[in-house]
Formats: sequence, structure tokens, C-alpha cells
Amino acid sequence: MTKNYDIAIIGGGIMGCATALHLAQAGMSVILLEKDDIGQGASGVNAGTLSLQIKRVKLMPYALKGHHEWQKMGDKVGFVKTGGYTLAFNEREAKLLEERMNLKREAGANIEFVSPQILHKNEPNITKKIVAVSYCADDGYANSSLTGQYYRNLLNHSSVDYFEQSQIIKIDQSDKGFNVHTANPQYKAKRLLLAGGGWMKQAAALLDIDLPIQARVNTVSVTERSPKLISNVIGHATGLLTMKQKANGSILIGGGWQGTGTPNDGRGKVHSQTVIPNIQLGQYALPALSALRIIRSWTGFEANVPDFYPLAGALGNVPNAYILGCVRGGFTIGPYISKLMGDFILGNELELPLFDPNRQFTQTGK
Amino acid sequence: MSDFDLIVIGAGAAGSRAAMEATKAGAKILLLDEQAEAGGQVWRAKSPSIISAPKTPETIAGDKLRSDLKLENILHIVNARVWQIEKNNDDLWNIGYLNNGHLHNVTCKAIIAATGAQERVIPVTGSQLPGVIGLAAATALFKQHLTTPGKQTIVAGCGPLLIFTAYEILRLGGKVCAIISLNSKTNWAKASIDMMTRPDLLWRGATWFAKITAARIPIYWQSTVTEIIGETHIESVNISAIDANWSATSHGQKNNIKADSLCMGHGLNPAIEATKLADATHIYSPELGGWHVKTDDFGRTDKAGLYAAGDNAGIYGAGAAPYRGKLAAIAALQFLNIGKTQNTDKLVAKMKSAAKFGLATTKLTILRKGMIENTQQTAIICRCEAVSRQQLEAEISSGAHSPNAIKSGTRCGMGPCGGRYCNDVAALINQTISGKTRQQIGLTTSRPPIRPLPISAIAQNFDYDDLPIPAPAPL
Repeated sequence: MTKNYDIAIIGGGIMGCATALHLAQAGMSVILLEKDDIGQGASGVNAGTLSLQIKRVKLMPYALKGHHEWQKMGDKVGFVKTGGYTLAFNEREAKLLEERMNLKREAGANIEFVSPQILHKNEPNITKKIVAVSYCADDGYANSSLTGQYYRNLLNHSSVDYFEQSQIIKIDQSDKGFNVHTANPQYKAKRLLLAGGGWMKQAAALLDIDLPIQARVNTVSVTERSPKLISNVIGHATGLLTMKQKANGSILIGGGWQGTGTPNDGRGKVHSQTVIPNIQLGQYALPALSALRIIRSWTGFEANVPDFYPLAGALGNVPNAYILGCVRGGFTIGPYISKLMGDFILGNELELPLFDPNRQFTQTGK
Repeated sequence: MSDFDLIVIGAGAAGSRAAMEATKAGAKILLLDEQAEAGGQVWRAKSPSIISAPKTPETIAGDKLRSDLKLENILHIVNARVWQIEKNNDDLWNIGYLNNGHLHNVTCKAIIAATGAQERVIPVTGSQLPGVIGLAAATALFKQHLTTPGKQTIVAGCGPLLIFTAYEILRLGGKVCAIISLNSKTNWAKASIDMMTRPDLLWRGATWFAKITAARIPIYWQSTVTEIIGETHIESVNISAIDANWSATSHGQKNNIKADSLCMGHGLNPAIEATKLADATHIYSPELGGWHVKTDDFGRTDKAGLYAAGDNAGIYGAGAAPYRGKLAAIAALQFLNIGKTQNTDKLVAKMKSAAKFGLATTKLTILRKGMIENTQQTAIICRCEAVSRQQLEAEISSGAHSPNAIKSGTRCGMGPCGGRYCNDVAALINQTISGKTRQQIGLTTSRPPIRPLPISAIAQNFDYDDLPIPAPAPL
């Protein structure tokens, strides 16, 4: 007799792992299936920025809680609270910055506007072509490369059974639960959670559910190591630049510039026509970057639905099936919203509401 | 409309011949090469500061290749480092390269990647000390600069480069303290039989051995370097005899030899960054130097319009490389619908015959399974990020089995070399724990730039207002 798990979780990123650990701790028997490696999708290749200044207003309460979770994870994930500056280089961007940061401040983020003089006192290498600056002392970053290592170690010390390189190819439903097929073994579970990030659309299709999920192909680049050039996380009024210098001296440049490819055909590709302006924008903000070399650029898939709010809750048409993903700012919010998801599955009271995946989607301006 | 019909990456023995063949047929081609002159590693040109030097078979062949190239009037850009290869919306290849501090972008219908090989060194404690270089690196010094690596040099490793390096040091007036050969005399005797296909080269090899013998250089057969000792620079090495699996047999008792330099190499790996980035399928074959791009006899990969010629498609050696270049050009021309179909049976036969010699030399460098046991726990595997064997083993033992996961957790391969030097060794260590085959272990995801790219070249002459900044993220 194969074991009948309380829940099968599809996807071993932050969402899948953190929910698995939460449920296992509460006494559920959990199996987690990951098509590649633990924490190697968006969870492991994003720029690691933990900035309230780039979080969506409605998600701010979740982001604040998320920051707290990362702080607790600490050194093991390379967490550093550095503070963060967001820059506006012209009047149009200054207006945008003011509008956006005021709303985010009202939503609870500790954001203030500072003078270019204060910015340059703390960040002397940032360009002098500054029109406006906002600052958030709570901003920082974690090292996303360590996500896989972090969660694998926790899973190893938990009761969760996890299998990597285990792509699901079929899901049978019955009134007793689910039969999840991989290329080789099958697994039985009473409940099912889809947490496969960019690959979730295909997983949902196995349940005959068509979710309006699209994957963004976010690009990140890293320089060789350098003497200290910046101390804070640096952003741009549009949200299209993130820059930080890691403890080892290398500088990460991100901001969500789009590469090419889809989750169906591999890992996504870096696109010259977007990675170059991304780095140019970084160099405009930090002219001293010109002395360094880019040693690697890469991409990760970020899943989104049309309104850019999370899918987090019970799948309407399939009893005992749940979904968690498509969280804009998923790296920041992931460890927290996964706990909420776990509480929801356990029937516990929720600290903050989840996001009904069966809602009608309306398009949000990109 | 593409800028070129065909772009050839690499102007070594294979790429140069491919470029000439395609030009003769009337294709519009561009030849890109990283070096200041054509010739690749085998026929590397001397530095222009060297006015006169004795002719060697390599310089003669190299000069011939360079003059042939000039006669064909090929658009050949030197000092060109390809950093990016991608398909654009028109199904053309888009190649980004760096030249004289500027970035360039060109499109073409077909690519021949002739990127050659790179050195493999299995590290031991102290491998990262100054004064330690690879065998192939040493031959670059000899060919381009007529320089020896030190005053008293130990030469260690396997395959023909070992003997060639010792011979060249003697020819250039240097001193070789000892030769530490993983191969036995019997290995060499057996290889010589396969090398009969090229009596000229076999004879040259014999003259190298003769010179080494005449100079009374001690040769330690079936031995390996177990440790490199020195504070800030190599001072001496410990060596040991090895068993049939190439595992050192006398870790306890030390045979120490003093030297100020060590040339150590363990064969060549195909240089696959370009074909990996272009998404071609790669396979692992120990007898061809390990991971190489999968091709047929004509260098056709499984990607339309992508061809490979020379050692990056398996280490068949310099003798076969020009034929492989021609064959790849013929296949590419057929794809491009340029020129006439020709009977290629003879050319394929010649290529296969020439490959016999290269395969026999590559065979001497196939690592046996005990070799990786000589790498200590504290030995540095990833030099860029200073990752030791111990750190890798801990990560693998905790369950990280894929190259991407291991890289992510340890930083092995995240430095400026992009994993060129450590990926192979990390996979050998992975095997000892996971028991998987190299094919099962696989490769890391390929990411640009192929070589580090100066931001000074990327952020050149741009106007902030022209940056195509997308619409802001949703509020």
C-alpha cells in the first residue's frame, strides 16, 4: 500500500517549501514534488531585493510581515537590512516617486523623502543628476542563491518527504483524494497544493483548470567583485532598477527587464536589447560601475495573473485542491503568505486575508 | 535581411578553414576571433615584439594559414570576444561581441562555432599558488612569447602536452627538474601504434623524448603530484606513484622535489560555452574530452543553422580540425543554398583518418576514476570563489545534486571564469557521492556573457532620455 499523505505540494520554491514546513509542523503528513531542484526557480534566481519601496500598496501589510520573516531567517539566507534609496532623475520621475511613495507610506511602509544632499552624504558614488529621493530604513536584501540550500536543510530536518527532479505528468482525482503521477512513482494524497510558480499553469491544466497565468522573464546581472561603491539598496522611481552591493563586493543589477522564452521551453533567455539598457540605467545611477565587468546575466520566471495580485486559496471546482503563487514581490512575501496558506489549509484563523483564485480578473495597467 | 550569411566564431585550425571554404563558395561571411591573430592555440602567432625566432612546424603551419586567410580577403575581426548568441524574431542568429572596447551586434543565418578546447587541471592542495600554470597555458607562453614559466620547472600531468612542454622548455633554454607522468611507458607504447597514421608527428614526438633523455631529465612514470608547497609562491611539490586507477599509493611517505614553477595539465575539455548558449544538445564522451556539442560528421548540431567544427565538438585534434572546418562549411553552405553540391566522401574519409592520431593522444588523457581521490578535502576547486572540495561535498551530501543547485549553494562557478575551470572537477566530486554518470549529472544553465563584459563598453554613448524604460510596475 502506498502511503496516503495528508497533502501533496507541487513545487519546491519558497511557497511550496514554506507551506510544507508549516503544515508538517502542525502534524500533517506532507509530500513535496519539485520538477527540478529545490529553490532554483524564481525563488533562487531573483535579485533578492527586500524593498518596501517596490511593493504594491495593497500587498504592503504582507510585505511588512514578510520582511520580519526574512529577518528571522537571517544569516542563513544572507539577510541584510541596509536601508534603501529610490531615485528620480527628472521632474516626471519625481512626480511619480512622490505619488507612489506617499501611497506606500500610507499603507504602512516607513518611507520618507530625503534631500539629494543626504543621499550623497551616505552614497557619495551615486550620480549627482538627482531630482528627488525617497528612503526606507527597513529595506535590504537576502541572497536568493541560498534559498535552495536553506529550505533543503529545513526539509531534511522535517517530516516532509520531498523529491526533486520529479515532474508531475498526470493527476487523478477521486472522492478519496488525489493520485499524483510522476515519470516513475505515483503518490496519493488527500489534499493538493499547487505552488509551482511560473509552471503552475501547466500543473493546473492537469486538473482541467485554465488559469490566466503569464510568466514574466525577469533579468538580473552581476558584476565582478569591487571595493565598496554603495551601502544601500538603490532603486528607481519607475521600479525598473534594483541595485545592491553584496557582502562579497559584487553588485547585482535587476529591475524586471524582460528576457525571452516561456516556462515550457526551459529556463528563459537573456535578451541583449533589454539587458543592455538595464545595465545602462544602473550605470547612470552609479557612474563608477564603468570600472567593472558584468560576469553573468540570467533570468527567472515570475508568474502573474491579469490583476497582478496573488492566487492564494482553494480552487473552486476541485475539492481539497489549493493554489499559492503569482505573488508580485513573491520573494519578500513568500515566507509569510505561505504561513497564511498553511493556516488556511489547517482551518486556522487567518491573520490577514488570502486572495481568492476564483475571482474575476480585471486587467491592471502594467 | 541578415548582415551575414555565416559567422564563424574562432579562427583556429577549424574555423579558418571553414571561413575560407565558405568564402570561396560566395557566402557573405564574418570571422570573429578572440586573439590578435588567427591560428588558434595550436598555431598561435608569435607576439609582434619578437622579430626573429627559429621556425618550428607550428609556426610554419600557422604562417601558411594566416597568409591563406589574407589571400581570401575574408572579413576577419581580431580581438573580438563574442559575449552573446541568441535567435531574434526573424529566426536569424544575433551575435553580440566586444571589440576594442565597443559592443557590436550582428545578425546571420548560420553560425559555425569553432571555439576549440580549454585546459583541464585536477587540483590538489596548493594548485592555486603563483608559479603553477597549466600545460596548455605554458605552450601559449612558448608560442607567443618564447618565454619559460620559471627558472626550475616541474612538468606534470598526462598526454602529449606533457612531453611537448618539457621539450619546449629545454628548447628555449629553461631547466626542467622532473617530469611527473600519469601515463606509463606502456600507455605511450600502445598509443604510438595508433599514432602510426601520422609517422611525421610520431617522429617529432620521438625527437622530444630524445632531447629529454639526452638532458637527463628524471621522468617519474605512473606518478602524480599530490601536493604543491609554498607560502606565497610554489617552492616544491610532493609526488607519489599511482595505482592502475591513477590514485596515489604513498600519501604517507613524501617524495619532495624543489622547483619555482609547475606546469600541470590533465588533458583538454571542449570549449562549449558558445554552443551551450545557442541551446544545442551536448553529450559526454570521455574519449572525446568530456562534454562536447553533439554533431554529425559535418558539424551539424541539433539547432537549425548552428554548426560546430574542431575540438569543441570533441577533441579529435589539430590534424582533423581543418577537415572538420571544411565539412562544417559545406553543411552550412547547403543550409544557406549557396554553391554546388559536392562529393564529400573523400573529405569525410580524410577527416576520419586524421582524427585517429588526435583520438590516440586524447586517449592518454582520459582520467581514470582514482584521479579525483588525489584531490584533498582542503584543495580549492573553484579558484574564483575559493570553494574547497570539503564545501562541495557538504553541499552534495545535503542533497544538492544538480550542477545548478551546487553552484547556487556554494558559489562554485559563480566567479569571472563562469565555471570553465571548476565545473568539470565539481562534477567528478559529485560522482563520487551521487554515483551518477556525468551524462546524468549534466551541465549548469548557460548564461551570457560568455566572457566578462566591461560595463564601460555597455554604457557607452547613451542618452538617458533614449533608454527604453518600460512602463512602471503596477502600483
